[in-house]
Amino acid sequence: MLESIKTFASHFFVTGDPMIYGADASIVLVTVAILFVLTYFKKWRWLWDEWLTTVDHKKIGIMYALAAILMLFRGGVDALLMRTQLAFPNMHFLQAEHYNQIFTTHGTIMILFMAMPLMFAFFNIVVPLQIGARDVAYPYLNAVSFWLFFFGAMLLNLSFVIGGSPDAGWVSYPPLSELAFDKGPGENFYLLSISISGIGSLATGINFMVTILKMRAPGMKLMDMPLFTWSILATCIIIIFAFPVLTIALALLFIDRLAGAHFFTMLHGGNPMMFINLFWMWGHPEVYIVVLPAFGIYSEVVSTFAKKRIFGYKSMVASMMLISIISYFTWTHHFFTMGSGADVNTFFAISTMAIGVPTGVKVFNWLFTMYRGRIRLTLPMLWTIAFVPCFAIGGATGVMLAVAPADYQYHNSYFLIAHFHQVLIGGVVFGYFAGLYYWWPKMFGHVLNEKLGRWSFWFWNIGFYVCFMPQYALGFMGMTRRLYTYPHGLGWSSLNLVSTIGAFMMGIGFLFQGAQILHGIKFGKRDTTGDPWDGRTLEWSLPSPAPHYNFATIPQIKGRDAWWTMKEEMKQPGYKKEPVHIEPIHMPKSSGRPFIMSVFFFIAGFGLTFDWIWMGVIGAIGVGITLLARSFEYDTDYYVPVDEIERTEAALGRL
Amino acid sequence: MAGGQQHTANSDHENHGDHGSPKLYIIGYILSIVLTIIPLVLVLNHVMSGVPLVATITIMAILQFLIQLFFFMHITEGEKPAYHVMTLALGVIMVFTIVAGSAWIMTFNASVS
Repeated sequence: MLESIKTFASHFFVTGDPMIYGADASIVLVTVAILFVLTYFKKWRWLWDEWLTTVDHKKIGIMYALAAILMLFRGGVDALLMRTQLAFPNMHFLQAEHYNQIFTTHGTIMILFMAMPLMFAFFNIVVPLQIGARDVAYPYLNAVSFWLFFFGAMLLNLSFVIGGSPDAGWVSYPPLSELAFDKGPGENFYLLSISISGIGSLATGINFMVTILKMRAPGMKLMDMPLFTWSILATCIIIIFAFPVLTIALALLFIDRLAGAHFFTMLHGGNPMMFINLFWMWGHPEVYIVVLPAFGIYSEVVSTFAKKRIFGYKSMVASMMLISIISYFTWTHHFFTMGSGADVNTFFAISTMAIGVPTGVKVFNWLFTMYRGRIRLTLPMLWTIAFVPCFAIGGATGVMLAVAPADYQYHNSYFLIAHFHQVLIGGVVFGYFAGLYYWWPKMFGHVLNEKLGRWSFWFWNIGFYVCFMPQYALGFMGMTRRLYTYPHGLGWSSLNLVSTIGAFMMGIGFLFQGAQILHGIKFGKRDTTGDPWDGRTLEWSLPSPAPHYNFATIPQIKGRDAWWTMKEEMKQPGYKKEPVHIEPIHMPKSSGRPFIMSVFFFIAGFGLTFDWIWMGVIGAIGVGITLLARSFEYDTDYYVPVDEIERTEAALGRL
Repeated sequence: MAGGQQHTANSDHENHGDHGSPKLYIIGYILSIVLTIIPLVLVLNHVMSGVPLVATITIMAILQFLIQLFFFMHITEGEKPAYHVMTLALGVIMVFTIVAGSAWIMTFNASVS
C-alpha cells in the first residue's frame, strides 16, 4: 500500500532536484499566505464581486497586465537560470533534462503567456476608450477569454512541480514531441495549456475586430481612428486567420499522442514536416501579432511627447495593413534548411525581405514626427527612442537571415537567438513598457516614479546589448541553440560570461520596475486631471481611472486626434461648455460563469494531461453545462440610473 | 450580443431585420443533403476514380459552402459597410495560401522518396 502510494507520488510530483523542492515549498507558502490574507481581511466577497465575475473591460485589462507581469518574472527567472548554466564551460548548475525544460518553458511563457496577455491588456484598457465606446462588443466573451488564458497559463506553470515540464522546445517539433520520444506528461501540459488559452485569444481577436468596426463614437470615420486602434485592427485580422492553424496543428499532435494516430510519424505514413509547416503558418504571423500593437504604442507616444500630429498617417495605416497580409506569406523562412527546393526558398526569401519595407516606412515616420517636435523625455518616450536603434539592428540581422543560402550557415545558431531576441525585446517588450508607463495613470490613477524608471531603463538597455551582442559572435563561432554545456578551448567562454552578466543586468532592471510599482502604490502622484501627458486621443478626456461606464455622454468626433481638437476648441475665446445631458446607460451584468467554465476547462486539461479520461470527461461535461446554462439566460443587462451617473460625475468634478 | 451598446441608443431590443422565410431554410437544407449524398454515392459505388473524383467532390464542397453562406448565413443581408464580405474574401485568400502553399512546400517529399 505504502509502496504503491510512493510510486504514484513519484510519477505525479517532480522529485530529485533541490531547486524544485524549493519551488514546491515557496508555492505552498505563497498559496497559504494568499489564502490567509484574503480570509483575515474578509476579502473573498470583494474578490468575487469586483474581479472574478467582472465583465468590465478595464478591470479585465488590469488582470491581464498583472498576470503578464508575473509571467515576465517567471520567464525571466528561467532565462537567468539558463544563462547561469551557460556562463562557464562544463557547468553543472542544472541537470540536462531540467535545462531542456527551462528553455522550453521560457519560450512558451514569454510568447504565449507574457507578450500575448500584455497585448490583450492594452486591447482592453485602451481600445474602447480611444474609440469612444462604453464597452467591447461582447463583454461576456471578453471575460471568458481572460479566464481561459489565465487557466491555460496556470496549467503550464503547474507542470513545473507536478508531472514535469515540457522539454521539446517551445516549437515542440515532432518526432521529438511524439509519444515514442517524450513519454512524460510535460508535452501534454504544453499542448493542452496552449490550446485552452488559444480559444481565448481567438475570441479576443473577433471581439475587438467587431468592437473597432462597429462601436466607434458617432463621427469617427475609419481614417479618424488613432493609430493604436488601427494597429489593433491589423492585429485582430492576423489573430483571426493565424490562431485556428495553431489549434489544428496542436490538436493533431495531441491526437497522435493520446489516441495513437500517425499524422506526424514518418514510419506510418505521417509527415513531421507538416507540423513544422503548420506551426510556422501561425508562428510567423504571431511575431507580427505581438509587434503591431507595439508599433501602435510608439505612434501614440511619439505624437504625444513630440507635441505633433503623427507624420504620414495614411502611410502608417497602409503599412500596418500590408504587414498584416504579407506576414502570412513568409512562414517558410523558418525552415529554409528543410530542403523544400530552390523555388520555394526563393519565394519566401523575397516575401520576407518585402515585409521589411512597410516596417521601415513606419520607423521613418516616427523619426519625422520627432523632427522639429517639442520632445519631452518622459519614460514612454525614452523607451520609444531606445527602440529605434535596437530594432534597426534587429531588422538588419533579420534580412541577413532572410537570404536563404546564407541561412544555411545561421540556422539554429546563436546568431538566430540574438536576432529574434533583438526584435522581440527591442520591438515588443520596449514597446509594451512604453505603453505601460504611458497608460499606467489611466489604469490606476497615479503616475509612476520617474527616477526609479530611469534606473530600470538604463539597466535594461545596457544589459540588453551586453547580453545579446556577444551572442551574434558566438553564432558565427559555431555555438548552436539549445546547447546544454560546452567544453573549454572553443573560444566561447569569455563571450558567454559577458552575455550572462548582461542577462543579470536586465534582471536588475526588472527589479527596479517592481520597486517602481510598489513605490507607485504607496507614494504615486495622483492624476486628478485625467490627462497627465497632455494627450491627443479620447482616453485622456476621461478621469483616471475611468468610471465603469466610461463616457457619461458619448462624444461627437470631428476628426483625427479628437481630444486635441476638443482642447483647442475649449481654448477659443467665447467657448461655452455645452450643458451635459445624461441618459440612463445600458451596461452588461457581471457573471461568474466565465470563471466557472474556465475552471472546468482546467479540470479537463489536467485530466487529459495524465491520460485520466474520466477527469477529462467530467471537465468537458462541466464546460457543456455552463455553455448550455448561458443560452438559457435572458437577464444579462441593466441600465445605470441617471442619478447614479450624476453622483459619480459630480464626485469626479465633471459636471 | 449581451449588453453590447449600440450607437443608435436604446435600440438594443429592436428587431434586427427579417431573417428570411422558412422556405429558404428548407431549400438550403435539402440542397445540402443532396450535395452530401452525391459524393458519398460516388465513392461507395466506385463510379469514378482519381482526378475526376477529387474534382467532383471539390466542386460539391464549394457549392455546399455557397449554400451555407446564402441560405443560412445571410451573406447578402445586413447594414453597410459590408465588413463581413471583405473578411470572408480575405479568409478565402488565406485558405488558398495555406492549402496551395503547403502542397507546394511538401511536394519535395515526392521528389525525394
